[in-house]
Amino acid sequence: MKKIVVLVIVFIGLLLTPGWAGQDLFIKNGTLLTITKGIISGGDILIIDGKIRQIGQDLAPPEGIPVVDATGLYVMPGIIDSHTHIALSGTNEGSVAISSEVRMKDVINAEDTSIYTALTGGVTMVHTMHGSANPIGGENVVLKLKWGKTAEDMYVPYAYRTLKFALGENPKRANMMVVSANPRYPQTRMGVVAIIRREFEKARAYMEEWKRYNQLKKNKKLVSFLLPPRRNLRLEPLVLMMEGKMVARCHTYQADETLEFIKLSKEFGFKIGAFEHAWEAYKIAKELAAEKIGISVFADSWAYKMEAYQGIAYMAAFCAKNGVLVSINSDSGERIRRLFNDAAKTMRYGDLSEEEALKLITINPAIQLGVEKRVGSLEVGKDADIAIFKEHPLSAFTRCEKTIIEGEIYFDRAKYLEEQKKKEQKKKEKAEKKTPKGGLK
Amino acid sequence: MKGYLKMKTGIKKMVSRVNIKPGLSNFSSYFFSSRTKFNRKTITFGVVILSWLVINSLFLIAQQPEQVIAIKGAKIITVTGEEIPNGIILIKGKLIADIGPNVNIPSEAKVIEAQGLRAYPGLIDGYSFLGIQEISSVRATVDTRETGDINPQANSYEALRPDSVHIPITRANGITCALVAPTGGLISGMSGLIKLDGWTPGELVVKGPVAMHIQFPMPRRSFRRQSKPSVSTSKKINQLKKLFAEARYYEKRRLAAQKNTLLPYPDFDEKLEALLPVVHGQLPVMISVYAENDIKQVIKLVKEEKLKAILFGVHDGCKVANEIAQAGLPVVLDSLYNMPVRWEDGYDALYRNPAALVKAGVKIAFSSQSASVAKDLPWHAAKAVAFGLEAEEALKAVTINPAEIFGVADQMGSLEKGKLANIVLTDGDILEIKRHVKHLFIEGQEIDLSNYYTELLHKFEKRLNENK
Repeated sequence: MKKIVVLVIVFIGLLLTPGWAGQDLFIKNGTLLTITKGIISGGDILIIDGKIRQIGQDLAPPEGIPVVDATGLYVMPGIIDSHTHIALSGTNEGSVAISSEVRMKDVINAEDTSIYTALTGGVTMVHTMHGSANPIGGENVVLKLKWGKTAEDMYVPYAYRTLKFALGENPKRANMMVVSANPRYPQTRMGVVAIIRREFEKARAYMEEWKRYNQLKKNKKLVSFLLPPRRNLRLEPLVLMMEGKMVARCHTYQADETLEFIKLSKEFGFKIGAFEHAWEAYKIAKELAAEKIGISVFADSWAYKMEAYQGIAYMAAFCAKNGVLVSINSDSGERIRRLFNDAAKTMRYGDLSEEEALKLITINPAIQLGVEKRVGSLEVGKDADIAIFKEHPLSAFTRCEKTIIEGEIYFDRAKYLEEQKKKEQKKKEKAEKKTPKGGLK
Repeated sequence: MKGYLKMKTGIKKMVSRVNIKPGLSNFSSYFFSSRTKFNRKTITFGVVILSWLVINSLFLIAQQPEQVIAIKGAKIITVTGEEIPNGIILIKGKLIADIGPNVNIPSEAKVIEAQGLRAYPGLIDGYSFLGIQEISSVRATVDTRETGDINPQANSYEALRPDSVHIPITRANGITCALVAPTGGLISGMSGLIKLDGWTPGELVVKGPVAMHIQFPMPRRSFRRQSKPSVSTSKKINQLKKLFAEARYYEKRRLAAQKNTLLPYPDFDEKLEALLPVVHGQLPVMISVYAENDIKQVIKLVKEEKLKAILFGVHDGCKVANEIAQAGLPVVLDSLYNMPVRWEDGYDALYRNPAALVKAGVKIAFSSQSASVAKDLPWHAAKAVAFGLEAEEALKAVTINPAEIFGVADQMGSLEKGKLANIVLTDGDILEIKRHVKHLFIEGQEIDLSNYYTELLHKFEKRLNENK
């Protein structure tokens, strides 16, 4: 009897605990920059269970729902950074040239303060990646920046599985301060291409081995004599790529090496999700548009190394206008908080319209990550990942006021200011306590 | 001009008196023909007059007539005076000859119709690596940092490369002058102010040296409170004091040797030599300093050593703003593309720092701290506006304030009659990102806005339009 009572109580308790399904929120009277459905001035957004339920003017909020007044403010979908290395406790497995077995999923650091920093700039989702020290790096991961929650809560399972590749100076180790007596292979661009081809050839053979095994396994007489091939975790991601279950995200600078990688992708039949940095993409916009390969680039951070010396600030706009899917990334725990400024630079350098400029940090990176059905614009049915700005997000004078993920407010400037004030007051009180009152001379 | 004409007619009269025409052929026949007979006096007189004529005409060829340009119809933001909603700026030669709502435009003036545009004084970058750094990770192209700790003799403006691609890119965004400063070590060397137009280093330099650069390291990112002054800082302060004392003693010894022939001259010391204008309080020191306690120590050092000083960086400025204001020290802020040092200071510590300093009465200037993205200077100022700085103050901090801090406010920093014609015409607020620079004048010359970016862009636009 007692057991039953305990079980019933536990069951009721379970029913009462709120799930992580997201929250309810009503955003009132803001200028809504929906990205895909134009601009709605004086618009409201109804969020139920972390999803956008309704968008429009003069919506009626359900009773008791928390309300955010966005009067005079600009509301846009949460910014998506298609290329960062934040929230990780390791980025480069540089000891070997090929490290496709490592996964960023295994080293998510949910307590990295860069997550909060990103939120203060309206960023809600990141593609956080392996570094560029290896021709083939590791598997990247997509996270929602739910600051204060666990790595599992942040993990986005429905995004593309992506593998990091890198070409040029970084896998060549060209900018190492000290040149080792026994430098790691490869040291040249030809070596980089050769080593990637070598790995794919190995993976192809490995794939064939498994195919044969699975074929022979069907024969019941043979089963007892068969040994399965030894599992190879380094080659498995490459097999997944050739099977179309994973895409390449390839760090590249020079136009020539970018084209060579496209050739490699055809040789082995894998898909390129996007080229990273791709500072010379403007030279081959034609080819990229024809191959339908996007780029994830800086707005104007350039000339920091030889292969970045022909990167022009006009590139993002030029490529976007010529049929290439462009996103603007940060690749930095600092730049990530001003991606909206970087997007505006495409209006200065290349005259993109406001809508086109905003796409570079919202729906375009979402498409590149395969999450465009869930995020990247303000649309009914999408996740309520939202950033609220004081001025138009493309104005130099703006700042982020609130960042919301699935209906929950993760950054609130008003609250932050209150907390800072409290902190200061506490500090003052402490200082007053320390100073002795009278008497002592 | 009139004087020249008078002289010319005078010469003609004289020449006709000796019955020859000026010109080389006549000249030779006059001297070498055996048939002509003149007395010596007339010949000497003729030679003097002719050579004077030749020299004078050569001089006139070299000295082109003063260019006159009128910028008409722009909204003029003078910075130091009232805004002129629809005014005229008259440029004569290098200078602004006149400015106002009603200015007579001379007939020879080239008129630039600027209706719908805004006119600003050229922006001034408070700290950059323009001309001394091309590609930051390629050592061969980096001349910002000498080896060793003490390099007061190093001179950034003697290592300038006028052909750096960063210079035209930067000016195409409205920046006309920049401080070019060395970095690294405790004493990095001297900086110079350059204008972003010129064929030779000499043409670039507006003023040099502007300051001697001293650097205290940026504190490491940490969560701990710094309650005591860090040891390294006080050590470095003592090292500086010792150096200054040595410089003073070095000079004393030299002066003594000049007076007393029995005393030996001290060996020439380039470092102490370079420090002399600093200890005399003639050449300002620009001190990179970031943490609260370091700033306090630096203020004390400046007072004790009687230095002329500018602070740079000053991340914790908002915590000691009153002390800085009381000491009367101007501040050049470093790039706002930085993270605050301490978590507890809040995410916006560096963004609200400029506003707090201005509120306390400190004169501030912004800087790019860069070569490749020196073009972003106005956007650093705008970022501070987003976090509480008044837009007017932000504009001053990239124009008149740096001009005053670097001692060139009589020449630049605002649109005023008599100042150098460094003028930017934009189609929007100059601190905004999306606006475009439409015309640019540096010392009266209209500057071609094309640059390495646009050259590469046009080259590959062509490729796109090829049918291959």
